Amino acid sequence: MVNKPIVITGGRVIDPAQGIDRLADVLLKDGVVEAVTDAPGTAPDGYEVIDATGMVVAPGFIDIHTHLREPGLEHKETIATGTRAAAAGGFTTICAMPNTEPNQDNASTVEFVLRTGREQGVVRVMAIGAVTLERAGKRLVEMAELADAGVIGFSDDGNPVADPNIMRQALTYSQITGLPIINHCEEPSIAGAGLMQMGVIASHLGLTGVPSEAETVMVERDIALAELTGGRLHIAHLSTRRAVEAVRRAKERGLRVTAEATPHHVSITDAWVYGLGGATPDDGALSTVAYDTNTKVNPPLRTNDDVDAVVEGLADGTIDMIASDHAPHAATDKECTYQEAAHGISNIETAFGSCMVPVHAGALSLEGLIERMTAAPARFLGPTAGGKGLGSLKPGLPADVVVLDPASEWTVDPSAFFSKGKNTPLAGTTLKGRVVTTLYAGEVVHEAGVAVE
Amino acid sequence: MSADQLRRALVRISHEILEQNERPVAIVGLHSRGVELARRISDLISSIEGVEPDFGTLDPRLYRDDSDSASIKPVVPSEITFPVDDRAVVLVDDVLYTGRTIRAALDAIRDFGRPSSIQLAVLVDRGHRELPIRADYVGKNVPTARGEDVRVMLEEVDGTDGVTLLRQSEAIAYGGGQG
Amino acid sequence: MARTRAATTTPERLRGQSGNTENETTQASPVAHRKPGEARPNQPPMFGGLSGSRRNVLDLDDFSKEEIEHILQSADGMNEVLSRDVRKTPTLRGKTILTLFFENSTRTRVSFEQAGKVLGADVINVSASASSVSKGESLLNTVRTLEAMKIDVLVMRHPHSGAPYYVASKIDAAVVNAGDGTHAHPTQSLLDLYTMRRHLGDIVGKKVTIIGDLHFSRVARSDVWGLRKMGAEVTVCGPPTLLPYGLRPGTEQADSAAFTGINVVDRVEEALEGADVVMALRIQQERQDSGNLPDLREYSKLYGINADRLALASPGALLMHPGPMNEGIEISSEVAHGAQAVIEEQVSNGVAIRMAVLYMLCARSRGGE
Repeated sequence: MVNKPIVITGGRVIDPAQGIDRLADVLLKDGVVEAVTDAPGTAPDGYEVIDATGMVVAPGFIDIHTHLREPGLEHKETIATGTRAAAAGGFTTICAMPNTEPNQDNASTVEFVLRTGREQGVVRVMAIGAVTLERAGKRLVEMAELADAGVIGFSDDGNPVADPNIMRQALTYSQITGLPIINHCEEPSIAGAGLMQMGVIASHLGLTGVPSEAETVMVERDIALAELTGGRLHIAHLSTRRAVEAVRRAKERGLRVTAEATPHHVSITDAWVYGLGGATPDDGALSTVAYDTNTKVNPPLRTNDDVDAVVEGLADGTIDMIASDHAPHAATDKECTYQEAAHGISNIETAFGSCMVPVHAGALSLEGLIERMTAAPARFLGPTAGGKGLGSLKPGLPADVVVLDPASEWTVDPSAFFSKGKNTPLAGTTLKGRVVTTLYAGEVVHEAGVAVE
Repeated sequence: MSADQLRRALVRISHEILEQNERPVAIVGLHSRGVELARRISDLISSIEGVEPDFGTLDPRLYRDDSDSASIKPVVPSEITFPVDDRAVVLVDDVLYTGRTIRAALDAIRDFGRPSSIQLAVLVDRGHRELPIRADYVGKNVPTARGEDVRVMLEEVDGTDGVTLLRQSEAIAYGGGQG
Repeated sequence: MARTRAATTTPERLRGQSGNTENETTQASPVAHRKPGEARPNQPPMFGGLSGSRRNVLDLDDFSKEEIEHILQSADGMNEVLSRDVRKTPTLRGKTILTLFFENSTRTRVSFEQAGKVLGADVINVSASASSVSKGESLLNTVRTLEAMKIDVLVMRHPHSGAPYYVASKIDAAVVNAGDGTHAHPTQSLLDLYTMRRHLGDIVGKKVTIIGDLHFSRVARSDVWGLRKMGAEVTVCGPPTLLPYGLRPGTEQADSAAFTGINVVDRVEEALEGADVVMALRIQQERQDSGNLPDLREYSKLYGINADRLALASPGALLMHPGPMNEGIEISSEVAHGAQAVIEEQVSNGVAIRMAVLYMLCARSRGGE
């Protein structure tokens, strides 16, 4: 690489992995971090200067849960558009979920995703393999071969591993790879045909509800199985108070259990299904904005109490990290009745702004949030990218950096998304907290308001 | 128009109806104030003749061709319990203005049968006809401007009898719809 | 079941009010939330909720008491038209009403069709099973195609809750919800109110007891809205598995506009005591398979309305049922055809109510031209 070296000056550098939180300059050279200086404002000659005065400078975000849709569902998203969207969201490493067509249940599909990521991706793409063939929950994939192909974990995401015995075997067998089983915890027999969180809002709208217990039951089951097998369990998109409590207890017992939460489950509730930006209609009278299909997601948007619990879990470390569950869909997947609509929110570009909601509310510290988006997922991934790791500004690590303006307000306009998926309930909502610049391997890959080729 | 004048006008109309018709007529009031006027005319005729004429009510709203009349008052059941075929029917309304209400009433009465003749009695004719319709019996001709309104008040509905002419600003405040 | 709140509650959040929390007042996002070009207000506020300004009839939740009153009164006039020898007026001449039914319901469809035809409208009936919908065409495209044929009112039944709301946000024609999923059936509720009024006069303070499957019943949901707006006292009783969240034991939510002011009673005998109206809801066979009920026999034993139970209600109480009935299960044949039953009258009143509804909507669209 013959990039000009870059210095990011004047910003508040937060690098939780090193315990750094101070005004400093960040020097990037040859695609890696050169140094975080002690004396800000003394940029060496020949460095391109990025002025970060008043901003926060942090390691690029890592997302271990991204739906990139390629191969097979390129009308919803491609690796090219998904990584560009990730850059806009401040993410420099993303992990592709295996629910593509074909599934990432075989080495050649995994290799295709990783190769396409290298060739067309704007940021680093890692891959997650399926747990079972076709994600059908019946037969385990060739885990060792997928591990060799480079997967960072196994998940049937979109589907739970419903059969407890298959889950037990997966947690046992995966230990030859050292990789986690990432489970989408939702007990199908309880969730049934549910379309949103069970509660008075679902009753009011006449939509079949998914009880919180659908998640709790399977989280408890998986924790028991992790204890039984000694396997490494990661719980995807934790969303209910009871499930957070279950994970907290599991960690207290020292089990190898980690968990993630999504930006939407820390910021919005089932009231958003009314289509009024979280407000409840006057006197309960619905209008034609109700049944907002962009709020349909799995697990469903939960209650205020659940949101509080998830934020508390993030704050106290019960929940290790933020993971986006970015789920882009084509317009036609959401232009229909609530029942017909596809599950998912295109959120990688709004992730930071959504996650700042509990920060501005005082329920989570900014350093804590950045830790959950950088150092924590880096620990989860282990030594990668040449063995040196990610998610920090240690000298020699890839020069993946994000410049953030935590106080900047902006209004979400899906038509400006880089993602093909415009499906967000936040359209028209003002978020406070913005990604200003994203650098990947020492190159600027996103600048707010500026087209980056 | 005072209460007395109003009463005398109705007496005169009742006599005129009897003069003009050899056979017994049927009196049909148009909702809402026309119904009360028709009831009084019917009572006057019965006191003059000693025989009560057939009496009915008609809501011509469903036969109107103009805009959002639905927003003002609900549709009221029409009550015409006697056969109208080959009868002389006298429609009674309070104010004759554009003629559209009467046009609608002519269509409405036709759905109840085929009268031998249809006549029209109104308390006030205020002009400005938009259709070739005229009244056979008129209590009083009141020249008006378009922006003005004629308000008929009846004991049964308003607690007092009388007719007043409302100027433009008052007419807006009153907001009564008349055709 | 302790719920911890407050610790993290600050005004600075997006989230909004949620269904399961207590004492949370309505909270919009910090900054106004609007979707450009999407929101199409159901009712322009300048008309203050009087009819004539109403665009759609999707549920009774956005009706004022006066507006319901207006329709019930107009239905009297419509019933008079129906009693004539010539059952035809030119009121909606030149208007086109399309009934689009994605579920079978001869009763409701014919009722709307007759209502439209008596008022002189052209009525086109499309049943979705016979249309291109079965070929995978989206609901939106189907509706747009039909609207291109210049319809004034779309009467729609759909198995998915909220489907008419979605369609109404996309098309210019007025939309009447003729039943959506397990959500609402507003014209059924209006005809129920009308039927009650004809027999009871004013229904303020009257005790109306609804028995059965309230969870899956769109009729019950709309009835509850209508009855509360008109001042009736609503009591419900049914198997706990068939009560909606918010009414089910242990899920009572005082702060939900959808379910406030309803009495939930466990025992049917107690629910029936002193009732002025008893409404038995249809029980679906499939509730046995989904685990909601052991079997219909036990349901009938516990909740079926028979002569003995009806005798607990006020003397002369009305017995209603939205139809179609499972005689011998939720209602015994003896009472279903007995002196207190007004079930057939509900059907005939349906035409008058739907005439009043169509008249109200079409007068609006005509006034706009």
